[in-house]
Amino acid sequence: MSFGGGEAPETQQSLSGAPGMPPMGDRGSKILAPFRGEGARGVWIAVLSTVVFFTAIGLAIVNSSGWPAIKEAFFDPEVFADSLSKILEKFWRNIFIFLVAEVFVLMLALLLAVMRSLTGPVFTPLRILAAVYTDLFRALPTILVILLLGFGAPSLQIRGVPHSDIFWAIVALVLVYSAYVAEVYRAGIQSVHPSQVASARALGLSRRKTLRFVVIPQAVRRVLPPLLNDFIGLQKDSALVAVIGYTEALRQAQIVSAAEFDFTPYVALALVYIVITIPEARFVDWLVARDQRRRQAAGGV
Amino acid sequence: MADTVALRVQGLHKSFDRLVVLRGIDLDVGEHEVVCLIGASGSGKSTFLRCINLLETIDAGRIFIEGEEITATGVDVNRIRQRVGIVFQAFNLFPHMSVMRNVTLAPTEAIGMSRHDAEALAIELLERFGLADKRDEYPDRLSGGQQQRVAIVRALAMKPDVMLLDEVTSALDPELVAEVLNVIRELAAGGMTMVIATHEMGFARDIASRVCFLDEGVILEQGPPERIFADPQEERTRRFLQSIIEAGRM
Repeated sequence: MSFGGGEAPETQQSLSGAPGMPPMGDRGSKILAPFRGEGARGVWIAVLSTVVFFTAIGLAIVNSSGWPAIKEAFFDPEVFADSLSKILEKFWRNIFIFLVAEVFVLMLALLLAVMRSLTGPVFTPLRILAAVYTDLFRALPTILVILLLGFGAPSLQIRGVPHSDIFWAIVALVLVYSAYVAEVYRAGIQSVHPSQVASARALGLSRRKTLRFVVIPQAVRRVLPPLLNDFIGLQKDSALVAVIGYTEALRQAQIVSAAEFDFTPYVALALVYIVITIPEARFVDWLVARDQRRRQAAGGV
Repeated sequence: MADTVALRVQGLHKSFDRLVVLRGIDLDVGEHEVVCLIGASGSGKSTFLRCINLLETIDAGRIFIEGEEITATGVDVNRIRQRVGIVFQAFNLFPHMSVMRNVTLAPTEAIGMSRHDAEALAIELLERFGLADKRDEYPDRLSGGQQQRVAIVRALAMKPDVMLLDEVTSALDPELVAEVLNVIRELAAGGMTMVIATHEMGFARDIASRVCFLDEGVILEQGPPERIFADPQEERTRRFLQSIIEAGRM
């Protein structure tokens, strides 16, 4: 069995039998790296120049003529406190939407990626199906699919099928994001070297078990960062559900903003998104680093 | 067929697109026999071994293991592969698994051995080859020699009838070659039937019950190592051995 690894991007050392290849670079932030060689003096210069630079920018903004108007429209502390609690109340709905959607996205996308990676003439219809699916749903704007299903599906009144608009909005998110995530998985599957498959098959493992125990675990480890990318995308796009009139956090921010004649609620919601996204990124960095540490000797063997 | 024949290959042909690699290989390997395949790169040694394990689909010919034709239509390929162990030049250990799991994966998942039994077997084999303390390590933390020994243990855990070794020392630093060759010597002493593709002529002379010289996809000459190395009959064999000697490899 071959997964067509020939054209795969070799992002990482894939042969365990290639000692001496450099380990994958640290995926962590390198912002602080350039002056590390200069010792304490370098650190002080960096701190000083950073403080001066950003203080200057801050002062320039605060002292500009338009600042009071900006402050009132975007950074009103009272409106902020009031709207933040209202928004957080509804943000749970977003969390529910993107968590439920993500679970189904990860499963459906893996199924699609495996279908597309199957070799052999018998599987041609499955490969075509998976290819058409990804082409189709990557082409459509997410908001269009949400409108189409969120308004369209309940109006059909089909028996045995949920009529809730939010159910269909989640289905729409799952359909769209599965197409993206399937491509991420597929890149990971293709990056597993064919010799890994050969040695698993040589031991007498079936195709299915080779995929399950050898190919997919290695593929998923490699694509964790891009998977997170799509997860964050999904998280943000949970706000699109507002277009079918469902009161989630963005809709709530909109309501408060309209009532107060002030944009601060949007800023509050923006902060909420930032605050939940950054720890996720660091978490994945940590996962990748831990996996590497476990697999590779600190100083090379 | 005599029951002492562990592996029989008849008229094996294999090409990749227009490149003809094997043009009719016939070979009988008796039980407990150690056959070394020598020959230049590209002479078809690796392809031959991969064909025996059905990793390549063959174009013509028949292959028998212990009298059973494995090239017949409808044979269970997975079951055949469980009887024929192969070790590759590049080790190909599973990098996301500990040494222990590398060894127990196939016994538990391919033949349904219990985890407990598979681990007991793995520990026994790892101890035998001096790897017991590496059981929880990951492959990338091991030296090349250790990785290759683990790969041999991994193949042995399936209790194969025949072992195929494909240039198993070619990717190793010179100082690590001996530890792997010693493992193979021990296997030979234990009566394992083996087909070994190798560039280590001294080792082949030592261990082989028979040496086959492959040239352009056929076995051009074969015989006991003393005769092949000391008194080759074919001009091409002579030239090949001469180039090996000139390279200081014998």
